[in-house]
Amino acid sequence: MTIRDRVIAIIAEQAVLDVADVADDSTLESLGIDSLGLVESIFAIEEAFDITVPFNANDPSQGGFDLTSVSAIVAGVERLIAERPA
Amino acid sequence: MRRVVITGAGTVNALATDVPGTFAAFREGRCAIGPLDIRDKDRLGVGIGAQVQGWTPEAHFNRQQIALYDRFTQFSLHAAREAITQSGLVFEDQLSLTSGVVLGTAGGGVNTWDENYRAVYEEGKNRVHPFVVPRLMNNAAASHISMEWNLRGPTFSVSTACASANHAMGLAFQMVRSGAATVMLTGGSEAMLCFGGIKAWEGLRVMSRTACRPFSLTRDGMVQGEGAGVFVFEDYDHARARGAVILAEVAGFAMTSDAGDIVMPQAAGAERAITGALRDARLNPSDVGYINAHGTGTAANDKTECAAVAHAFGAHADRLMISSTKAMHGHCIGGTGAVELLACLMALNDGVIAPTIGYEEPDPECALDVVPNVARQARVDAVLSNAFAFGGLNAVIALRRV
Repeated sequence: MTIRDRVIAIIAEQAVLDVADVADDSTLESLGIDSLGLVESIFAIEEAFDITVPFNANDPSQGGFDLTSVSAIVAGVERLIAERPA
Repeated sequence: MRRVVITGAGTVNALATDVPGTFAAFREGRCAIGPLDIRDKDRLGVGIGAQVQGWTPEAHFNRQQIALYDRFTQFSLHAAREAITQSGLVFEDQLSLTSGVVLGTAGGGVNTWDENYRAVYEEGKNRVHPFVVPRLMNNAAASHISMEWNLRGPTFSVSTACASANHAMGLAFQMVRSGAATVMLTGGSEAMLCFGGIKAWEGLRVMSRTACRPFSLTRDGMVQGEGAGVFVFEDYDHARARGAVILAEVAGFAMTSDAGDIVMPQAAGAERAITGALRDARLNPSDVGYINAHGTGTAANDKTECAAVAHAFGAHADRLMISSTKAMHGHCIGGTGAVELLACLMALNDGVIAPTIGYEEPDPECALDVVPNVARQARVDAVLSNAFAFGGLNAVIALRRV
C-alpha cells in the first residue's frame, strides 16, 4: 500500500465512506469530517506512520500542515516521513 | 426562601496559597504560568502550566494524613481552613448536623491514579499502597473537610468537567436557600498536572504551547493550572444573627445543557444559563457590572462566550466589563470556577476588576471590554461567574453586594 492509499483508507474510515469515494481533491469538509473527526484522523495518521503532525485545533493553519485537500494531506505526510529521524 | 451569603473564602492556586495573596496577584496582573516541573516532562509536547510552586504537604499535614490525602484533597483542606477561619464558625450541636460540603472536581485524585498506574504497569509492581482507593475517589476532599470540621449534614462531590465548581456552588446555594442546610462549604479543587493528566489534554490538540491569551486574536489554546477555592455559604439570617462579615450575597444560579456536541460549545446554551442566573437572582441585565468569563483562550470558547454575553445583555454588553483570570492562574479545570469566584469577590468588595492578561490584539468576534492586561478600579454591585464544560454543560452564578 502506498502512503496515499493508507492516508485515503484512514480518511475513508473516519468519514464512513468507501475508499473509492475519497478523491485527491476532496476536502475533509466535503467528506463530512468535522473538527472532532479531523483530530481523530490526524491521530490515526500519526499512529500509522509514526510521525508527529503539527496541528493545533485552535488554529489549524498554524502548524504549517496543509489540510485543505486529501492530496495536500498526502503530500504533508510524505514530507514528514522523509524528515523523520532515522 | 432564605437568602444566602458568603462569609468565608479560601484558596490554593499557582498565584498564591491564600486569598490576600491571590487578590494581590490579580491586582498586579501577575502570570503564574511557566515551564512545567513534573516527572517525564521531556515526553510531553506541552511544556507549560500554572503549577502551585513550593507546596510542602509536611507543612500542613502529618504523616498519616498525607498517606490519605491526594494533592487535590490537600488543596481543598488548606482552602477550607482559610475559609472557615475567616467565617469564625464553630460547627457544634445543631449547626454541625445541618451543615455540609459540596465540592467540584473533574478528575479527583489524578496524581494517585498516575503514580499507581506507573507502579503496576511501568515498574511491574504487583502491590500498591492500601489507601489508593480512598485517596483517588472524587469525594475524598469533601469527606475530609467534613471530618476535619465536624460537618455532619449533606456532603458529596460533583463532577462536570470544567463546570464542576460552579455546579457544586450552585447546589450549595440552592440547599441553603431551600433550608436543607444552614451552612455549606463549597467550591472545587483540581490537581492533574502530572504526566498522565497533561498527556490526556495534549491529545485533544487544544492546548497552547506558548501562553494563555483569552479573547486575543492571537490566542492559540488553553493552559492547565491547578488549585482549589473553597467558600462558606451561609444562611443570611444566621450570619446576621452572629454578626458575621458578609463578603457577598449569592443571588442566583442557573445551569443548562447544550444537548449538542461533546466538546464544541454552543452560544445558545451559554446564553440560557446567563439569562437564567439573572432571572433567578431577580437582576436586570443593566445591574451587572462585571462578568468573570470562562475565557479559556481557545478559539471555540472565547468567541462562543462573547456571542452568548452579547446576546444575553443586548446594548448593556458594551457597558459591562468581562475578564478571564485564566491567563494568570491557568485553567484549574474542576476547581476553576471556585478560584475565579475570588475575582468576583474582589470586584464587589475592593472595587478592583482583575484583568485579562496576555491580551495582544482585538478579535472582532470578542468585541467586549475584556479589561486587557491591567486591573481597573470600578464600583460594581452585581457580578456573574461563567463556567462552560465539555459535555455542553453550562453553569452561571450571580453575586451581589449586600
